[in-house]
Amino acid sequence: MNSIALKELLYKMADDLLIIGHRNSEWTGLGPILEEDIAFSSMAQDKIGQSQALFQLLHELGEQEPDTVAFTRNANQFHNAQFLELPNGDYDFSLMRHFLYDVADQLRFEFLANSSYEPLAKVARKIKGELKYHVFHANTWVVKLGNGTEESKARMQTALNEAWNYALGMFETSEFENDLIASGVFVGEEALKKQWLDTIAPIIEKASLQIPSSNTWAPVFGGRKCKHTEHLAPLVDEMSEVFRVDPSAEW
Amino acid sequence: MYTEQEIWQALEVVKDPEIPTLSMVDMGIITKVEVRGESSVFIEMTPTFTGCPAIKMMEGMVADRLKEFGIAQVEVVTTFDKPWDSNKLTERGLMCLKKHGLAPPVKHTGEVTLENMEHVACPFCGSTNTEFKSPFGATLCRSMHYCNNCLQAFEGFKAVV
Repeated sequence: MNSIALKELLYKMADDLLIIGHRNSEWTGLGPILEEDIAFSSMAQDKIGQSQALFQLLHELGEQEPDTVAFTRNANQFHNAQFLELPNGDYDFSLMRHFLYDVADQLRFEFLANSSYEPLAKVARKIKGELKYHVFHANTWVVKLGNGTEESKARMQTALNEAWNYALGMFETSEFENDLIASGVFVGEEALKKQWLDTIAPIIEKASLQIPSSNTWAPVFGGRKCKHTEHLAPLVDEMSEVFRVDPSAEW
Repeated sequence: MYTEQEIWQALEVVKDPEIPTLSMVDMGIITKVEVRGESSVFIEMTPTFTGCPAIKMMEGMVADRLKEFGIAQVEVVTTFDKPWDSNKLTERGLMCLKKHGLAPPVKHTGEVTLENMEHVACPFCGSTNTEFKSPFGATLCRSMHYCNNCLQAFEGFKAVV
């Protein structure tokens, strides 16, 4: 099994989780109602914890300690999709991103529960159940707001339109796709994307919203190759600030 | 030399740091006890949630308890080899949750649905005339509910597959 391919897969998943976990935590204290403040704070904790479990797998494959990897890299060393580093914006954008990313991520871990790389399969079996609650939450709010007032419906549609090409960017393929598929480590981004499209379609319809027409699709790639927007560097600086004060400190 | 049974019993006093009426044994998070020598024990644990912030602390509590019990060499590791799900809570564990004011999780059959969450029995008055308010609560394992019968909000321990 190609260990470079495996590490690349683990890095992109861990970075997605760490970055969106950080964005989720930015709602703490600022959520529109108490239960939503708690929701994003709780999901932030879940996602950052899940990223740590993946960084631990990387450590077992020879990478450095999770804290070092998470908090001492620069923005141009991260493999997250650009979608996840975008600022939270208004709650509508955050909810729509939460829906589009979390559904994909939950499906990704469902697939990985059958990975031929057993340490990853074990972690995936745990994580896929936890993510069900994230998806419940996202589905509920997208449907509720899509069918709410004129304003809520308009906001959710605008958020979907703005998020769409970035969301497609989550499925940027690796040069090692065929290795990962052939070795049974992962079914690959194309299979995941197909499952994702099939899964979100009925929810979007139930929410009385519309996916942008396919002739306008233009996936925003680059994140997997460490090409990022101007938003990632300030995020990484803020996220790493405390750790970098004294990287050798005992906490 | 102690038996595994004796080690399990010794561990019963180690409580969950967030739910002090509940022992780690009844939570189902201790997945292996191995007596490896005259005074050497190996313990394997697994977290309830991947993001559980108390895992290191709980490893320490387990090690401290066994050292206090008289074991010279204690090794505690946390793995995902036998992942935790909420069906692993023992009957006594479920009762302890209720005593602490947390609605116990429904027994799942491999899937968790929103329906499962809708009419959870109120831990205060027992009524099922309750509403599911949020899948998230003060800690990763808690959901939020409201009882229309005794008019109190309450938390539930989430069912995890």
